[in-house]
Amino acid sequence: MSQAVLQAKLWYAQRISAMVLGLCVSIHLIIIFYAIRGGLSAEEILGRTQGNIAFAIFYEIFVLACFVHAPIGLANILEETFCKGFISKALSWILAALIIVLGTTAVIGVFTGGAL
Amino acid sequence: MRSRPKLDLRAKTHLSYFAYACHRFSGLLLACFIPLHFLMLSQSLRGASGFERYLGLTDFWVFKFGEWALVILLAIHLVGGIRLIMIEFGPWRGLRKAWTQVAILFGIACGLLFLYLAN
Repeated sequence: MSQAVLQAKLWYAQRISAMVLGLCVSIHLIIIFYAIRGGLSAEEILGRTQGNIAFAIFYEIFVLACFVHAPIGLANILEETFCKGFISKALSWILAALIIVLGTTAVIGVFTGGAL
Repeated sequence: MRSRPKLDLRAKTHLSYFAYACHRFSGLLLACFIPLHFLMLSQSLRGASGFERYLGLTDFWVFKFGEWALVILLAIHLVGGIRLIMIEFGPWRGLRKAWTQVAILFGIACGLLFLYLAN
């Protein structure tokens, strides 16, 4: 794949994931404001999420959209502002791996509440 | 040949450059925060008591300040992102400067709402 085609595909993937994230972040902001009233507690969070398949599916879609969106954005910032080449690619792949692994673990965690 | 034009002071004082800088700054900080946020939430695998112990870390003022700042950055990145998508996918109506102002106002509103609701 030529560099130009790759850049066009990355641009498109980032914009499509941004559209999904726009919806997810709007809903997440509402949940944040609902959840922080009176402080956060583990029981309160797990009470909302444990066994709730709709929450789990929503947050996994959120994680997948972040997995596409954030590393492409990081690579763009690094390449245009700091450094081109290996470092920007490596850091973007590390961020992608962290998001998909930790994000999915977090979704499984709040869905099961540790009862695996 | 440079792939990007060199921007002079006039370009950098344009409102759209401010929107561009805000979007990149907020995006970079959010990208740094997201893995830590997921790491914290994944502690729920330890059960409610184990998760509560890690959540206790968020009582420190530095974490509370961080949460507040990140909600503002998330709000700014959201509206700034909608502006970009409207510029790129919508009918051409200029650089949608009003959306830059909406992003800042929405960020301030979310920051104040967070302070009000979080005691």
